Amino acid sequence: MLIRRPDPIPPSEITPESVYLNRRTFLLGATGLLLSAETLAALAARKSTLSTGEPLNSLKDITSYNNYYEFGTDKADPAANAGRLKTRPWNVVVDGDVTSPRSFGIEELLKFPQEERIYRLRCVEGWSMVIPWIGFPLSALLKQVQPTGKAKYVAFETLRRPAEMPGQQRRVLDWPYREGLRLDEALHPLTILAVGLYGNLLPNQNGAPIRLVVPWKYGFKSIKSIVRIRLTDKQPLTSWNLAAPDEYGLYSNVNPAVDHPRWSQASERRIGEFFKRKTLPFNGYADQVASLYRGMDLRRDF
Amino acid sequence: MISDKTLPASARLNASAKPARPGQRLLALAKVLVFVAGLLPLARTAWIVVNGEAVNPIEFITRSTGTWTLVWLLTTLAITPLRRLTGWNVLQRFRRLLGLFAFFYATLHFTTYLWLDQFFDWHAIVKDIAKRPFITVGFTALLLMTPLAVTSTDGWLRRLKRNWGRLHRLVYPVAVLGVTHYWWLVKKDIRQPLIYAAVLAVLLGLRGYWRWRASIASTTPK
Repeated sequence: MLIRRPDPIPPSEITPESVYLNRRTFLLGATGLLLSAETLAALAARKSTLSTGEPLNSLKDITSYNNYYEFGTDKADPAANAGRLKTRPWNVVVDGDVTSPRSFGIEELLKFPQEERIYRLRCVEGWSMVIPWIGFPLSALLKQVQPTGKAKYVAFETLRRPAEMPGQQRRVLDWPYREGLRLDEALHPLTILAVGLYGNLLPNQNGAPIRLVVPWKYGFKSIKSIVRIRLTDKQPLTSWNLAAPDEYGLYSNVNPAVDHPRWSQASERRIGEFFKRKTLPFNGYADQVASLYRGMDLRRDF
Repeated sequence: MISDKTLPASARLNASAKPARPGQRLLALAKVLVFVAGLLPLARTAWIVVNGEAVNPIEFITRSTGTWTLVWLLTTLAITPLRRLTGWNVLQRFRRLLGLFAFFYATLHFTTYLWLDQFFDWHAIVKDIAKRPFITVGFTALLLMTPLAVTSTDGWLRRLKRNWGRLHRLVYPVAVLGVTHYWWLVKKDIRQPLIYAAVLAVLLGLRGYWRWRASIASTTPK
């Protein structure tokens, strides 16, 4: 049987540079995205060599197909419900095993030197996108609080505000949403705190005003709307692991060889493409991150 | 002049045997309406996909055809209890059409999986069916539905006599497997599958209750 390979992406499918550069004009025209005037403020960001050159997913794809259970479990719910969330004022408390615990206001976090990081995002459900984030390395923030020698893990927490996050009015997950990384994962240069997307501030449905992005792990590890970061010597509890420990481990590295108990992780559908593509170990970031897991049994530590 | 052959069989029969009764005309019209209604979800799905409104169109088609399979299946199973509760025997006349729509959407659902989702990657498909319980039960449900669709004609009804009814009791396990299929694929929020399960429980529960009542009545000493 003749298996047709997917054609290379035709140039017509790639966002033309002029459109990309005029994204603010485009955004102004895009209706229904619930963008306040503030989010239209462009973010200055320098390019990064850590970005992929793959064609980007459209802003519409990225902002209308989301898993953000605080706003509902349907993919369309976050775009519909996230408008209510107030992201100002916003503070992120960084404490635990650190020399100088403190709280960072969002204005201060926006002043960190920002970079554009175009990353692949692979959802545990079997789809993926390419997203032009704007953010800064998590390590830059952690440097300011100086983790002590005791710190081995970093625990993250999302805002809990059921009045503005209707999904939290039901106990689908044990709110607030929690995530965690090992300290070396958190300090890895690929790990960023994102504050923007496609050149502008993050839309609420994508985790405004500040979220984690860990591109070699399944998407749910990249916790959104963070209010607390705590350094600790104990392995942090994480929401999906608490909900289904046999399905979602602490590491949750993208791994085509370890299936989800209920479905295969060998391939994925890139949003916008017809044919599935093979999922790559560590979501294609193996060269940069595989060494973090040397000697570990990734079937056991999934 | 219009030849008799250009008319539908029912009209011909009516024309030659007896004048069409208004009730039969109404029934024919109602069947056409149900038929059109059965195609509407498919039309809506196609419209959304063609207009590029679905970010993940293949997932959307899969979900939509799966949902409507369950809806038609439960509607089919609702006919008998509704008929019994309301006394409207005419409802019976729609059961086959609704059941065939359930099979039609199930076939679309499976075809979407084979073709659009897996693109005939037989290795992955066989592995999926064997290894993933939610796919195993869904596939089993479709297999069990197939003989029901095949034997849905008047000819088979006559040929199978009493066995036709026995065979078509397969619709009960089909519905249970179908709802289980949905339940097992959901990541965390089981509200939707719970609704289908509740409706199915009521529909099967009523049947069980009536059977129990009938058995008491028949075993009561005279």
